[in-house]
Amino acid sequence: MTTPSALIEDKDEITRRSSPSGQDWIPPQRVFVFGATSAIAMATQRLLCEKGSSSFFLVGRHVDRLEAVAADLRVRGASLVVTAAADLDDTASHPSLIAQGIESLQGMDLALLAHGVLGDQQRDEASYSATESVLLTNVLSPISLLTWLGNYCEREQHGCLAVISSVAGDRGRQSNYIYGSSKAALTAFLSGLRNRLHRSGVQVLTIKPGFVATPMTAHMKLGPLAATPEQIATGIVKAIRKRRDVVYLPWFWAIILGIIKAIPERVFKGLKT
Amino acid sequence: MPLFWADEFPRKIPTGLTALPAGLARSYGDVGLNENNALLVASAMNRILAWDEKTGIIRCEAGLSLAQLLEFCVPRGWFPPVLPGTKFVTVGGAIASDIHGKNHHVAGTFGCHVRSFEIVRSDGAHAVCSAEQNADMYRATIGGMGLTGLITWAEIQLRPIISPQIAYVGTKFHGLEEFLALSQASKAEYTVAWIDTVSGGKNFARGIFMEGDHSAADDPLVAGKGARLPFPIDLPAAALNRTTVGLFNFAFYHKQLGHRVNHFMHYDPFFFPLDAVHNWNRMYGKAGFLQFQCVIPAEAMGEMMRVVSKAGLSSFLAVLKVFGDVRSPGMMSFPKPGWTLALDFPIRGDRTFELFDRLAYMTLEAGGRLYPAKDARMTASQFQRFYPQWRDFSQFMDPGFSSSFWRRVSK
Repeated sequence: MTTPSALIEDKDEITRRSSPSGQDWIPPQRVFVFGATSAIAMATQRLLCEKGSSSFFLVGRHVDRLEAVAADLRVRGASLVVTAAADLDDTASHPSLIAQGIESLQGMDLALLAHGVLGDQQRDEASYSATESVLLTNVLSPISLLTWLGNYCEREQHGCLAVISSVAGDRGRQSNYIYGSSKAALTAFLSGLRNRLHRSGVQVLTIKPGFVATPMTAHMKLGPLAATPEQIATGIVKAIRKRRDVVYLPWFWAIILGIIKAIPERVFKGLKT
Repeated sequence: MPLFWADEFPRKIPTGLTALPAGLARSYGDVGLNENNALLVASAMNRILAWDEKTGIIRCEAGLSLAQLLEFCVPRGWFPPVLPGTKFVTVGGAIASDIHGKNHHVAGTFGCHVRSFEIVRSDGAHAVCSAEQNADMYRATIGGMGLTGLITWAEIQLRPIISPQIAYVGTKFHGLEEFLALSQASKAEYTVAWIDTVSGGKNFARGIFMEGDHSAADDPLVAGKGARLPFPIDLPAAALNRTTVGLFNFAFYHKQLGHRVNHFMHYDPFFFPLDAVHNWNRMYGKAGFLQFQCVIPAEAMGEMMRVVSKAGLSSFLAVLKVFGDVRSPGMMSFPKPGWTLALDFPIRGDRTFELFDRLAYMTLEAGGRLYPAKDARMTASQFQRFYPQWRDFSQFMDPGFSSSFWRRVSK
């Protein structure tokens, strides 16, 4: 007769738990997350926690929501979770916020920038101030954070900066070019920052998700290509582990955007996009 | 409409519409629907808020699924107190339907293990409910079909395990007397029977009595996997008929060679055999299927089985279980002492509906009741006789909440 232990269905699972990645990968221990109550951030934090990340500095707007997210991570084994409620549009507060995080966690190994707004194209294109507000949240705020974080990492010669951009930044379309151009600016900034920090051994990861079912897209009909935040989180953690530069998540968006980018502008301008 | 945070409620309810909280939509009928009104899908509210490894008490948001709960608690040596036939239900749904499982005869319903929860009403009022605090609301909400307000979090007592393995014993039986004898003799924590409702003659009411206990061996505590096989297409309606279901039943019965077998198996296939195939419901084709589940006194079961078998409508997921007398705190809870029979039938027009109506009538005559979570057919007058306490219950309903089921049965 077979013994119970011989019937365990997934022996790999056991190996994976004893060494989180299945190889000898130690996940970043001290993790900063900006926009920590966003769906992709929550899924990524959970996964990192399960893989062995030990301490988290979580920044978001709502105190109650941050507390619920922090409780979830503590329960799942994080040894230290510090939260800070802040409006990240207030770029003047960024230096002290980052200093608070570095002091609380005694350093930083990974920063995930996950805050952003989708905006409302029709409303925003009618008003510059609405456009400006989207650009403030999606471009200036992360660029401010990345300035301080990038300088910190360069000094330490260490760290990973993982930033959520979007496939929408690859080409402006009439249906969402304000959001798209904000992500395009962010992508270009990251490309330059990566170039600069490469010789300091710092990873700069540009994350380009396609459609993801999150509160940001809850009002949209997403169709069959939509991914879950958990799928995106798996892709993010894998890209951090493999020290990738740019990832499309899920991968097939790389092909879709390859095609979209290949359309000549004189044709593209006449399309309904 | 999705609900991601408790603080979005109740302002997310569109004005002029009633609301109904929803989870993973595994109820079979209209108890989880709210036609022309708002469904607040709360499955993204799945954070764990507190956990005590020593006592096994967990506090989680109501959208946490039992699959997610298992992934969390099994590696830590704990197990949900009650599991239904699928792990793709939320804690909130488990409370709202006061679900039961293979251990009902010893553990009672899910609600028996819910220590407390918070309920938020459509006027913004909120209250923590337990057997001691707001006890009426506690009792009304357990089995309350989501109608008493939004459950934001719940605190549940888990039970310890040493191993994720189940020591399984399967015993063949012929007829309900043998089933009764096996049930009475069983000391197992989990018992259920698969029963053949198609065959007549000498094979009438044959089945396999399945027993399980948590293994006491010191195995690695590994949770079940999420990956599942897809069921990619809707089968044509004709695919399930008396012949194919007869063949399935024949194969299922004879797959077990000996009269009695025992071995160890992981809890996943033991509790959730159907979860292995994603979208298994598609095998019933586009027309779908109807579920039926009643609890009736043991004496009435033979007659019901004969009616089902004679009707010639093939049900191949027929499950028979003896309910125990552990009382649920739930006011509208379905289980009560007796035998419960769960069937599902492909919809073949009026013949199927006539059989259902006949079975519902027989249930009423026998003094039993039907399970709202699995019903799409019972009439208002039947419901009100199955659950004479329904008027008391309705006082605890949130005035801003309703469901298709409730509008159908409270007329």
